[in-house]
Amino acid sequence: MPKRDDIKSVMVIGSGPIIIGQACEFDYSGTQACRVLKEEGLRVVLVNSNPATIMTDPEFADATYVEPITPEYVEKVIAQERPDALLATLGGQTALNCAMGLAEQGVLEKYGVELIGASIEAIDRGENREVFKKIVAELGGESARSVICHSMDDLLAAADDLGYPMVVRPSFTMGGTGSGMAYDEKDLRRIGGAGLAASPTTEVLLEESILGWKEYELEVMRDTADNVVIVCSIENLDPMGVHTGDSITVAPAMTLTDREYQAMRDLAIGIIRSVGVDTGGCNIQYAVNPEDGRLIVIEMNPRVSRSSALASKATGFPIAKIAAKVAIGYTLDEIRNDITRETPASFEPTLDYVVVKVPRFAFEKFPGADTTLTTHMKSVGEAMAIGRNFTEALQKALRSLESKGATFDFAAPVGDPAALLEQSRTPTDGRLRTVMDAIRAGATPEQVFDATAIDPWFVDQLFLIKEVADEVAAARELDLPTLRLAKRHGFSDAQVAAIRGMREDVVRGVRQALGLRPVYKTVDTCAAEFAATTPYHYSSYDEETEVEPREREAVIILGSGPNRIGQGIEFDYSCVHASLALSDAGYDTIMVNCNPETVSTDYDTSDRLYFEPLTLEDVLEIVHAEQQAGPIAGVICQLGGQTPLGLAQGLADAGVKIVGTTPEAIHLAEERGAFGRVLAEAGLPAPKHGMAVTFEDAKRIADDIGYPVLVRPSYVLGGRGMEIVYDDGRLRSYIEAATEISDEHPVLVDRFIDDAVEIDVDALYDGHELFLGGVMEHIEEAGIHSGDSSCALPPITLGATEVDRIRVATEAIARGVGVRGLINIQFALSSDVLYVLEANPRASRTVPFVSKATATPLAKAAARVMLGETIADLRASDLLPEVDGGHLPADAPIAVKEAVMPFNRFKTIEGRNVDTVLGPEMKSTGEVMGFDADFGTAFAKAQAAAYGSLPTTGRIFVSVANRDKRNMVFPIKVLAERGFEILATQGTAEVLRRNGVTTTVVRKHHEGEGPHGEKTTVQLINDGDIDLVINTPYSTGGSARLDGYEIRTAAVLADIPCITTVQGLGAAVQGIEAMTAGEIGVRSLQDWQRGRTAR
Amino acid sequence: MPARAPALLVLEDGRTFRGDAFGAEGETFGEAVFSTGMTGYQETLTDPSYHRQVVVMTAPHVGNTGMNDEDPESTRIWVAGYVVRDPARVPSSWRSQRTLDDSLRDQGVVGISGVDTRALTRHLRERGAMRVGISTTETDPAALLRRVQESAEMRGSNLSEAVSTQEAYVVPAVGEKRFTVAAVDLGIKANTPRMMSQQGMEVHVLPATATVEEVLATGADGLFFSNGPGDPAATTAQVELLQAALERGLPYFGICFGNQLFGRALGFGTYKLTYGHRGINQPVMDRTTGKVEVTAHNHGFAVDAPLEGSTTTPYGEATVSHVCLNDDVVEGLELRSPDGALLSFSVQYHPEAAAGPHDAAYLFERFAQLMTERKEA
Repeated sequence: MPKRDDIKSVMVIGSGPIIIGQACEFDYSGTQACRVLKEEGLRVVLVNSNPATIMTDPEFADATYVEPITPEYVEKVIAQERPDALLATLGGQTALNCAMGLAEQGVLEKYGVELIGASIEAIDRGENREVFKKIVAELGGESARSVICHSMDDLLAAADDLGYPMVVRPSFTMGGTGSGMAYDEKDLRRIGGAGLAASPTTEVLLEESILGWKEYELEVMRDTADNVVIVCSIENLDPMGVHTGDSITVAPAMTLTDREYQAMRDLAIGIIRSVGVDTGGCNIQYAVNPEDGRLIVIEMNPRVSRSSALASKATGFPIAKIAAKVAIGYTLDEIRNDITRETPASFEPTLDYVVVKVPRFAFEKFPGADTTLTTHMKSVGEAMAIGRNFTEALQKALRSLESKGATFDFAAPVGDPAALLEQSRTPTDGRLRTVMDAIRAGATPEQVFDATAIDPWFVDQLFLIKEVADEVAAARELDLPTLRLAKRHGFSDAQVAAIRGMREDVVRGVRQALGLRPVYKTVDTCAAEFAATTPYHYSSYDEETEVEPREREAVIILGSGPNRIGQGIEFDYSCVHASLALSDAGYDTIMVNCNPETVSTDYDTSDRLYFEPLTLEDVLEIVHAEQQAGPIAGVICQLGGQTPLGLAQGLADAGVKIVGTTPEAIHLAEERGAFGRVLAEAGLPAPKHGMAVTFEDAKRIADDIGYPVLVRPSYVLGGRGMEIVYDDGRLRSYIEAATEISDEHPVLVDRFIDDAVEIDVDALYDGHELFLGGVMEHIEEAGIHSGDSSCALPPITLGATEVDRIRVATEAIARGVGVRGLINIQFALSSDVLYVLEANPRASRTVPFVSKATATPLAKAAARVMLGETIADLRASDLLPEVDGGHLPADAPIAVKEAVMPFNRFKTIEGRNVDTVLGPEMKSTGEVMGFDADFGTAFAKAQAAAYGSLPTTGRIFVSVANRDKRNMVFPIKVLAERGFEILATQGTAEVLRRNGVTTTVVRKHHEGEGPHGEKTTVQLINDGDIDLVINTPYSTGGSARLDGYEIRTAAVLADIPCITTVQGLGAAVQGIEAMTAGEIGVRSLQDWQRGRTAR
Repeated sequence: MPARAPALLVLEDGRTFRGDAFGAEGETFGEAVFSTGMTGYQETLTDPSYHRQVVVMTAPHVGNTGMNDEDPESTRIWVAGYVVRDPARVPSSWRSQRTLDDSLRDQGVVGISGVDTRALTRHLRERGAMRVGISTTETDPAALLRRVQESAEMRGSNLSEAVSTQEAYVVPAVGEKRFTVAAVDLGIKANTPRMMSQQGMEVHVLPATATVEEVLATGADGLFFSNGPGDPAATTAQVELLQAALERGLPYFGICFGNQLFGRALGFGTYKLTYGHRGINQPVMDRTTGKVEVTAHNHGFAVDAPLEGSTTTPYGEATVSHVCLNDDVVEGLELRSPDGALLSFSVQYHPEAAAGPHDAAYLFERFAQLMTERKEA
């Protein structure tokens, strides 16, 4: 069936800001979809609030709306664009929910928009547990058995049927409160009894436990002719009980016979048909009882998912692209397989390698957070690795994580097996390492299985790795057979070095002298049955390499590795742009990255893709392989964040040409002493500072410069371990807790500048000329990490004089450091003094935001500058505009960036939520952009996109620190005049009343409920009686501080906006005013751009 | 870590791979072919069609689920040799009864592990299937190469009688018996009569040497030819048997080798594919419905019939009913009467799966339907 000719325009909804559970995999899928639909000649209308995405680059759609993904805003876009169809299955749950909302409100019907991919009915059948269960049963499949109970007798009777342990789930309690696992009757009476009492309908669902069962997933694709293929099978190394996103997963499935696999496949095909996903991808999860093979269907996602991105990268079958094609009418047999170019897409990929995905966590960012892994996803990113066997893929994946302690350490002291086994019973970040330590300590395979329920085959693979380590340790010398054995099982040079007590570079030297280097194989969808035309490579210590010779000069771009807080999609954006720009400039582009969620690891983004860990060893080998293949212009380390930047020196030392800013210049900017000299020469002030290795040093510096001080380790991204310290006591505990202090890695102690306006600058420097990309003014005061601050561009309160001072300072630093390419500088403006806080000679997190806000492709320009073009050249070729981001016209639109926080994901061991207060350590996972003609409207949009709309009526609860009371009066007064009812705690209420604001006093949380049932603040929030919370943290201790914590976490749980700074309050007032002033419109980036060029 | 003995693999064009012994020690020769299935090695090993072939597994980990008593497709392992990259040390499956390594050793099947199976596969893809030798006793590649070049070729080999049952046996119908089928065993897989029996067919499995009289003596409503090893062009007795049956108007269904012999019976030629189709992910279009099936394949030869139009034969109008979408190889034939009624059909791939997807299982129903219609007629 060819393409439908009744669809001329399609709306695509993206997934919005990056949050835990919904990351840049949807940028990858959305970008693929937009590309395909445009190639097919359709008009593509895109809605996505996330400016850091590739898909929101204006060239990927005909009309790009960086607007909130809410039915309200999307309806406005529909009214304006009148698309024929809506494709909502590629933007995660956010897009699906928005489409459901639009359908329920009758918007789709009203404007005659057809939902393609999956219908509302199909989505509902897939997501409604009861309906889905019925479908599974009709197909002869099984779901977990469950019984609904209304009394203790019911519970006990059901227990006889289901058997212990059981999952106890009270119905209709908030956030699933009261759920638990009952291991015996005592537990059941306790948890079940409490559950019956807590449930408003006195109802408890008992479900058989499938904890510890084997877990699998199939990715399924269907077309309009009802052809169905299975794209990939995935097996979780971590058994049931850990969310798939937090599990180590393996493709293809490793421990299924064909009989069991086909049973799963038959069910998958039946399910996609019965649920009625007309076209496109979906995934289905299964559990298998390791005792008897009983197969249970857990759930399905009637849309492209995170696993689809993984499956696409793991197989070379581009799920999102194909999903978009089948959505507009093509059948699978009409679509060519891109990789073979000869065979059709109506086949099932077969792998001759093993893929391992490992999650990356960020618990260090949330002190006190419980690190136990559950069915609630907590990881912030993932790394994938490909090897010719499991051991190779696993060890490559672990080193791809770049987190300390992630790789197996065979040189560490051997621990106590019983204690280690006990520890590995609980799934946590790093459990696999604990398991390996237990094995090293003498645990048996049976003991490991008993403790973890990890399948015996995987357990044996871990033993195999350990035995190889033993061979390496026992070898008389590091000869070829020993090294080859180690390499074939994925050991890095560093691991071998640790075992042998040698230096890593010595091991590398020996290995290379022995002629032992990796070969590069190809991901080709077909296990070499057909020739592949797409150079998508991975390394392996095997015999035959498949890297083809090439003619043109190549540039190797190093990506940013797994997403983590502080280093995410924004850096992938810059890498992808560099690849596109350099391809245009006539280079062959070679991408190296290990993050399966990204656009950079799409096999058609660059001329060649190496899906490899970003370590010095792995990158050096790629450089070597490519040097054999053809000329290399250099390696780009500047765009992927701290990961590639950290490799620059090592690469340069090995004689690899780094293009752009040199490693020496990078060092100059990152090393405090050297950078201080650059600033001094340029006559620029920095906050007073010093470096300390001991508490005594630090105290001496603090005494000299005065508290508060900002303390942090050197060489970090995302403000890791950064803190504002107000006294000696906290300074001492900080230094004592910072275990990694050394002469090479001292702690930096800076004067903290209170009440300053913080400014972020992204600029381009070619050695002669500066192009100021954008000047961003933070809405929150200095002290909150720039990644967590909302900011405005152009700066809303800075005049031309200040911008000029910023320009002069930026240029002086860029020149002094020796930048060729991008530089990001943070300034603080206080009492008319412009302080330099820090400078990063690389692409920053804000590059995509600035690029979108100013319609300037900064990262593309940077890549060209790094390869030798000048800013003047780029102006001449129209890549850069005549005037830069410092000279935006007075009527330029305002872009507001807002950060999105993952607080609702983390609980402490006691089950409380972690505090939501912002500080110098970055905690946000993603960002949105609000874009409009004035600040208030742009801010309102940013809030709507990040957290849901600001209220325009209702009740506001205010409780602020003493230092903020004066500044709070005016904005609260405005809100009261707008008709909001103001509630406050005693102290705040007094101040407001004296200033003529009618205020109701509310009981504090620690005071408890009043004698006549008066609710406390927290109760009011929980009950939905508050529409906006304004709470600035108290800096002194005591119960008041605890109150603040309770209030903020309650607000986060209840999903209502919570403002924690006075500046944020001011911005919110402007936003609320804009919302009440009239209807807020929507406008595409392309339309804004036409407005700009028309001027 | 127990070390395995070294092993040597030499292809007839001289390409050599070194690895470790796997399974039995000794020396073996055969035709090197690669199979791309990621599951179902036990079914593959016991499929008689692999007689005299050395199978290279492209999936790197083999043996993970061990061996059990339910999954074999015949009473023994048929492959002449086995090439894998990473054999499992510990199998894991609730059904596993023994390790693959032990099974190979017990049945004297020589294998090799630790070789770059992808390099070997690419070589076979580019140069075509060829003879190969594996040895754990020979260390000199040149000496092994000489013996490889002296070994028998697949082309021209008539092998079905070597793998066929010697005695006829009956697989009873499941439930009510609706039909009697005479199934000629040219290398039949256990799942084929099983699937027929589930359609109410009582299956009389006959030796490859069966005559038309023996077929008719079963009171057959339909005739079936199974898959099997060897060159279809080297087989004449069964072609003649099939022609005799077609003349008598007996409905016929053939799988794999049975498709090639059907082609020959209808007057088409057969030819050897460069490297064959062996895997469980092959897209085949059923041209009668326009639908795509993902199917299990295991064939090194194919029928040479025109893809478009029909061919008039002494038994009716023959058309190509199924085509592989990867390379347009004939994957199915249909014989219809001048008025368009279906008389007989066959497919080159494996609707009985085992291993492989069940997409084409409907063909057994089609056979039942065909016999029903003929009974009524």
